[in-house]
Amino acid sequence: MQVEDKKEFRPKIVAFCCNWCSYAGADLAGSSRLSYPADVKIIRVPCSCRVNPMFILRAFERGADGVILCGCHPGDCHYSTGNFYTRRRMTLLFSMLDFIGIEKGRVRVEWVSAAEGAKFSATMNEFAEKIRSLGENVRLGDIRCRS
Amino acid sequence: MQELIKRAKELLADGTAARVLGWRRGDLPYNPEPAFFEKEEDLDRFVYDGFCGANLSKMMIEASRLEGKTLVFLKPCDTYSFNQLLKEHRVDREKAYIIGVGCRGKLDIEKIRAQGISGITAISGAENDGPDTLKVRTIYGDRTVNYGSALLGRCHVCKGKEHKICDEQIGRSRDTKDADPYEEVRAVEAMTPEARFAFFQKELGKCIRCNACRNVCPACSCRKCVFDSTSFDSAQKANVDSFEEKMFHIIRSFHVAGRCTDCGECSRVCPQGIPLHLFNRRYIKEINELYGQFQAGEDPEATSPLTDYLAEDPEPGIIEERG
Repeated sequence: MQVEDKKEFRPKIVAFCCNWCSYAGADLAGSSRLSYPADVKIIRVPCSCRVNPMFILRAFERGADGVILCGCHPGDCHYSTGNFYTRRRMTLLFSMLDFIGIEKGRVRVEWVSAAEGAKFSATMNEFAEKIRSLGENVRLGDIRCRS
Repeated sequence: MQELIKRAKELLADGTAARVLGWRRGDLPYNPEPAFFEKEEDLDRFVYDGFCGANLSKMMIEASRLEGKTLVFLKPCDTYSFNQLLKEHRVDREKAYIIGVGCRGKLDIEKIRAQGISGITAISGAENDGPDTLKVRTIYGDRTVNYGSALLGRCHVCKGKEHKICDEQIGRSRDTKDADPYEEVRAVEAMTPEARFAFFQKELGKCIRCNACRNVCPACSCRKCVFDSTSFDSAQKANVDSFEEKMFHIIRSFHVAGRCTDCGECSRVCPQGIPLHLFNRRYIKEINELYGQFQAGEDPEATSPLTDYLAEDPEPGIIEERG
């Protein structure tokens, strides 16, 4: 009996999607039969602004290799201004992650509207490819959470 | 210092202030501690010298809930913190009688020790109007230390000696700024990502989760703190090599981003000597570069950068693009 010792790296990707645009965008991608990697796990949030920086760090800590945050396009927020705040917050958070020496590109913010099923699928495919090239997340993970 | 005590006694006697918030002599010559004084005779233990680095503005949150006015002594940099708390409605201006005290820079005992001095039993000349040389008495004999050579790192990047808010001023100040506040941040930024990661791994690995940085920070004043949650593991030190402590420090500094006045208390109180101000200062630098110059606590009317936005703000992708 031979044990398969080399497994292909399958990244774990967490996608926070806002209920009003991106989640609907993902839905549209599905109903349009557009594929995106099964490695992407979607978490629905009421607004991209709901995403606390800690959510992102926690996802990494618990073993995510990439985190993507999707929301309505700036100006189209269901709550008028939520994503404008998200934008500033995430810019600062990403800049801090870069500062402490985390690879760039593990986190991303992408604006996807409910009509952009194709963009959702393309974004996820491209992001998953990027994470695959970056490899496993070692620096942000917690040793206790490794499987 | 006598002038401060005299004025405090006057204000207590005429009923302007119900209590005094200042510093009192500690058990060592270099560790005065913040204290409330209720009676005139208590003021005998009052002290104001080069070691009174503690920022008293955070204690005004508690004092704002007490009956009557509190006389508080604020250094120029503390007034920024007070202003910021005022803006956040955490302190009551009506409950505070502020005396702006002069400052010629505050001392760092570690810098004195670094000059090869140990076994300190007494230090003289640390008063605000004292001489340029400190006389340090040790169990190995007397030594002298230049006042300027023992300043806290934060005093070298002082925001200025102007009191942003006060009812009266006592004492003279001397300018101590002689360095660029962002020099240290730039030095870290210039490293490769691997070197930066190693640098922070080493520095933050020293963290013992004593929470002193959180407890002393005037901006960090939520009634309920996320780090006190039982589901947050920051209280456990066992996970030395994990991301948990980096997360603690990223989140701690993130929660005060845009509100941090760069008072430098976090680095001053850290028992492990972690350069915690690097995080805060990096946020300040980024906010200044991306969203325009902003000094928290300077103007209580100004909107904080993180509670504000512009339609043309840069996208978060800028971090990746700028290389």
